Amino acid sequence: MKIAVLSGKGGTGKTTVSASLAYSLGACQYIDCDVEEPNGAIFLKPDLQESYQVKVPVPEVDQAKCNGCGACVKVCQFNALAVIKGKVLLFSEICHHCGACSLACQTGAVHEVDRIIGVVETDQVQSFLHGRLNIGEPISIPIIRELKKRINKDLPVILDCPPGASCSVVQSLEDCDYCILVTEPTPFGLHDLKIAVALVKKMGIPFGVIVNKATENQRMIQDFCKENEIGILMEIPFSRKIAEKYSKGILPVQDNPEWIKRFQEVYAKVERGVNQ
Amino acid sequence: MKIAISATGNTLDGALDQRFGRAAFFLIVDPDTSQFEVINNEAAGAAGGAGITSAQTIVDKGVKAVITGNVGPNAMKVLNAAEIAVYRGVSASVRANIEKFKKRTLEKIDNAVPSHFGMGLTGGQK
Repeated sequence: MKIAVLSGKGGTGKTTVSASLAYSLGACQYIDCDVEEPNGAIFLKPDLQESYQVKVPVPEVDQAKCNGCGACVKVCQFNALAVIKGKVLLFSEICHHCGACSLACQTGAVHEVDRIIGVVETDQVQSFLHGRLNIGEPISIPIIRELKKRINKDLPVILDCPPGASCSVVQSLEDCDYCILVTEPTPFGLHDLKIAVALVKKMGIPFGVIVNKATENQRMIQDFCKENEIGILMEIPFSRKIAEKYSKGILPVQDNPEWIKRFQEVYAKVERGVNQ
Repeated sequence: MKIAISATGNTLDGALDQRFGRAAFFLIVDPDTSQFEVINNEAAGAAGGAGITSAQTIVDKGVKAVITGNVGPNAMKVLNAAEIAVYRGVSASVRANIEKFKKRTLEKIDNAVPSHFGMGLTGGQK
């Protein structure tokens, strides 16, 4: 079973929830898809032993064969090429690696070469995986794709998603069996939860909500979920103690075994949600 | 000689568009006769690479100079390769900018602004 943990808003507790869930389950696979800022490793402290470079194909031009016709420029849907004074200018960081330029070239001047955009790192048994996108690279999708190629079908898989609701999140959610939406009782949390709900509904994935930093006097998330018949899987209270431990890299589950039980209950609810 | 001006409207009386890559229009103007051609800048709504394609469009028109507000790094690379001079326009009509260009009182731009500079607070999308 593949469970994606997302939130829309950043800083609501995606990593807290996904790392806690992974810790509580024990036998599972944790995949940190937030390749711009992977931080699950801070809490789960894996022994990273394997590293794989993630490469994407980008065009290279043999100027001797190029006649400056501009066919590659016209076919590019991402505006990654220009032809000036009969010479092709390449903007590799804008390229989306579709290969259309090399197909369009009639003189065989454009061919593809590999460019490294980041790495996938894992522990020896691939129970912990994360990706790291190189600084300055705008497209994270190929790294998430590489991570998901290594999904272990025999174990529960927890995918810690990037914030937001754009391409990288969609890529992380694809083929998942269930989504846990983590949010907090603030206007921002609610606003972005609504976007996340719309996204998972559109993708047709069953989901439930975890309210982090929950308090008695701010019930906007509970009200919204009730109105929209969305199940709440768990509430994590707003607690100074949890925050202090977190700031030292200690999860609630690592501090208090009671939380392990509660996260195992969340997993049981998720299993029922998937089978419904 | 022809020059290109980024514009918010399709007449000489419209304002200069401070953005280059995402300018609404380019007016290709002959400063001596004030004859001009309007280009509806299709790259303005591109998800990415707007500056590159905008620059390609005006390079293909054979202009010798560009008057605009801010030029991003990729567009600047294309304009430099084409040896097109870039001038910083003033917040005024296209016509007023042409007059200043003819009097040689516009400042030449050598440096690009950062990527997505003209996209406001929501800029820099992936």
